[in-house]
Amino acid sequence: MNCISVQTEPFDITAVQDELRAESPAIGALVSFVGLMRDINEGDAVSTMTLEHYPGMTEKALETIVAEANERWDLIGIRVIHRVGELKPQDPIVLVAVTSAHRGEAFQACEFIIDYLKSRAPFWKKENTPEGERWVDARHTDKEAEDRWSSHA
Amino acid sequence: MIEILYFARLREQLETESEELELTSEVSDIASLANLLRSRGGVWEEAFGGPTMMSAVNQEVANPTTAIKDGDEVAFFPPVTGG
Repeated sequence: MNCISVQTEPFDITAVQDELRAESPAIGALVSFVGLMRDINEGDAVSTMTLEHYPGMTEKALETIVAEANERWDLIGIRVIHRVGELKPQDPIVLVAVTSAHRGEAFQACEFIIDYLKSRAPFWKKENTPEGERWVDARHTDKEAEDRWSSHA
Repeated sequence: MIEILYFARLREQLETESEELELTSEVSDIASLANLLRSRGGVWEEAFGGPTMMSAVNQEVANPTTAIKDGDEVAFFPPVTGG
C-alpha cells in the first residue's frame, strides 16, 4: 500500500515502519530514509526553519513520484511523509520508507523517491539565522542526483 | 480569467500571494504570461527577468511552451528546496 502525507505534526518513524512491515508476509526488506534538520547550513548557525509548500500540487507531485517508483521496481509498500511549518535542528523533515521482497529494489526505490522529491516536489525552506531570515537556494547537486536516474533502469 | 499563485521568495519579492487575470490574446503560454508580468516593471521586471523560475499549470510542472487557457490555475515559484 502507498501512502503520502504532508503535515505540520511530527511523525513516529518506528510506528510507520511497524505498520509497513505488517502489511505482508512477502516483505523481505524495509529501507527508510529520514531527512533531518541541521543546525549549520552554508557555514551559518540556523535556529529554526520554516517549510512552505504548494497545497494540492505537492500531493500530486508526490503521488506521481511514487507511481513512477512502482513502475520501475517491484515494490510492496511506500510511505512518504513530509513536514511543513516550523522546524528545529534535529527534527525529522521527511521520511521515505519502502518495502519489497528483496533489498535491492527497496534500496534503489527509496533513493530514487528522495532524489526526485528534492527536485520536483514544491517545498521551500526558509532559515532563521543570527543575521535574519533567508530562503534556501536550490543545490545543483540535487539536480544531478535526479538526472542520474534518467540513464538508469 | 486565470488565477496566478506566487510562492516563497517570489511571493515576498512581489508582495503578492495570488491574483486573477483576464486573459488577452497576447497570452497563450507560460512564456507570454511571464513577458506580460515582466512588463509591469519594478520588482516584476526583476523577478521575471532571470532564468531560474519554475512554473506550473493546474498543479503540474510546466515549461515556457505550456499552453494557458481560461480557467487555469497558474503558479510561479523559485526552484524547490524540500527534503
